[in-house]
Amino acid sequence: MIWVNFKRVVRSGFVNFWRNGLVSLASVLAITVSLFVIGALMVSTAFLNGVVNEVKNKVDISVSFRPEASLSDIKAVEKSLSQLPDVKEVTYISREDEYKAFRDRHQDNALLVQSLDEVGNPFGARLNIRAIDPARYESIANFLENDIQSLSVNRSIIDQVTFKRDIVSRLTKIIAVAKRIGLVASTVMICLAAFATFNTISLAIYTSREEVSVMRLVGAGNIYVKGPFLIEGIISGLIGTLLAVSLLYPSVLWIKSISYNVFGGIDLVSYYSGNFAMIFLTLLVSGLALGFVASYLAVRKYASL
Amino acid sequence: MIYFDKVSKAYNPETIALNDISLVIEPGELVAIVGHSGAGKTTLLKMILAEDRPTSGKVFFESTDIHSLNKYNIPKLRQRIGSVFQDFRLLPNKTAYENIAFAMEVAGRDEGEIKNDVPRVLEIVGLGDRLWHFPHELSGGERQRVAIARAIINQPDLLIADEPTGNLDPENALEIIEIFKKINDLGTTIILTTHNPKVIEKIGHRVVTMERGKIISDEKRAKK
Repeated sequence: MIWVNFKRVVRSGFVNFWRNGLVSLASVLAITVSLFVIGALMVSTAFLNGVVNEVKNKVDISVSFRPEASLSDIKAVEKSLSQLPDVKEVTYISREDEYKAFRDRHQDNALLVQSLDEVGNPFGARLNIRAIDPARYESIANFLENDIQSLSVNRSIIDQVTFKRDIVSRLTKIIAVAKRIGLVASTVMICLAAFATFNTISLAIYTSREEVSVMRLVGAGNIYVKGPFLIEGIISGLIGTLLAVSLLYPSVLWIKSISYNVFGGIDLVSYYSGNFAMIFLTLLVSGLALGFVASYLAVRKYASL
Repeated sequence: MIYFDKVSKAYNPETIALNDISLVIEPGELVAIVGHSGAGKTTLLKMILAEDRPTSGKVFFESTDIHSLNKYNIPKLRQRIGSVFQDFRLLPNKTAYENIAFAMEVAGRDEGEIKNDVPRVLEIVGLGDRLWHFPHELSGGERQRVAIARAIINQPDLLIADEPTGNLDPENALEIIEIFKKINDLGTTIILTTHNPKVIEKIGHRVVTMERGKIISDEKRAKK
């Protein structure tokens, strides 16, 4: 009997969904919008993280040595730097590489190239230091300023320490603020979307009050009165998920096309297709939950005995 | 079968819908409850369907105190009572067939019975060719027949009809009354409310007259 009841309730849910045309469409659209917001937030979080990583990797400290500095001294500095816990990577660029790079960069400037030929190689070697975290650059800079003496290396072999201090500290702050704003904004948006969905579905069930009372008078128990509404909610969730997922794809394509020049490296489309299963599952679970919970709450309010 | 024991219903101290009503209805009776609007007829029927609770007194269906039933047993009580209303109260999103099938489904009848019985009951009320019409595609008289078919499909012990001819033209009204008489002849107890003198004249086996929440007369006549 339970199975027969279940079958009848499911069938009736599908038939009602179809016959309630416009009302069902409203519920589906409300859920689609909610899920689209959730999906867009997922993709944009990934996008922001991509931007942050990109910028983080570009930030570094570079130490230029005087041309007369000996290779063994430079190697000693390199070794002690790479042993610092905050350092991710130290790259050694030799005098010759520096010279060649400069020449290549200015090969069209005949005057410059000519004068370089006369002077010889004026460049010193260089170390590029990359930190594990942008916040750690400070301690690396401190090491270079103060503790270098302990290496029995003469401080004077270092010509210049270029540290993009301002960029780093500003970036660190912006990332922290952006993350906080993002969290609050997404919570608010998801709540608003869920609330709109709940209201739409509530209204749909509210308009069926008359029918509910007729069902009750014919002797229908809870499963026959409430069941079809819950099934309708689940169907709306399912269709809403499919719509949201298919709307997200053209949106990321569009964003890619307009943002390509600004953030060349980050490809939302490949993020979307690479994480399709995860995005789809998240939206599906949210969609079904939204449809079911909204219907359940509305039914409890308007279709109870 | 139905026993009202000193039932009163006050919606607020000024509006008293039922005032100390005691009434016994025996199995197989066809009772017409008459009176002006606001006399308490509909409230009386609502008590039997457990749609409304009395302020004091008790209503029994056989030996069950209707208002002591919990919410799981109220649907079971309603499945034993067929009900017909002035405004038909069909489910607008369901066809004639589905409206009747719904009453069978909630009573736990199986698919075979439903497929067999629904066309037959619609045939009995003269709508054998209207199975797949929605309520809005039917006339008033046709809708009321669907409602009656729905009310009798589970062979109820009791049929309640609140102004069943109120929205119908005289011709349709008389046909509906004939259907009620037939159902009563087959043994179903019927309680109907009306203020149509023609209806009273036609079927009043027992006529209970109400005024301002009280029963002012209760007369039995020979069956016509």
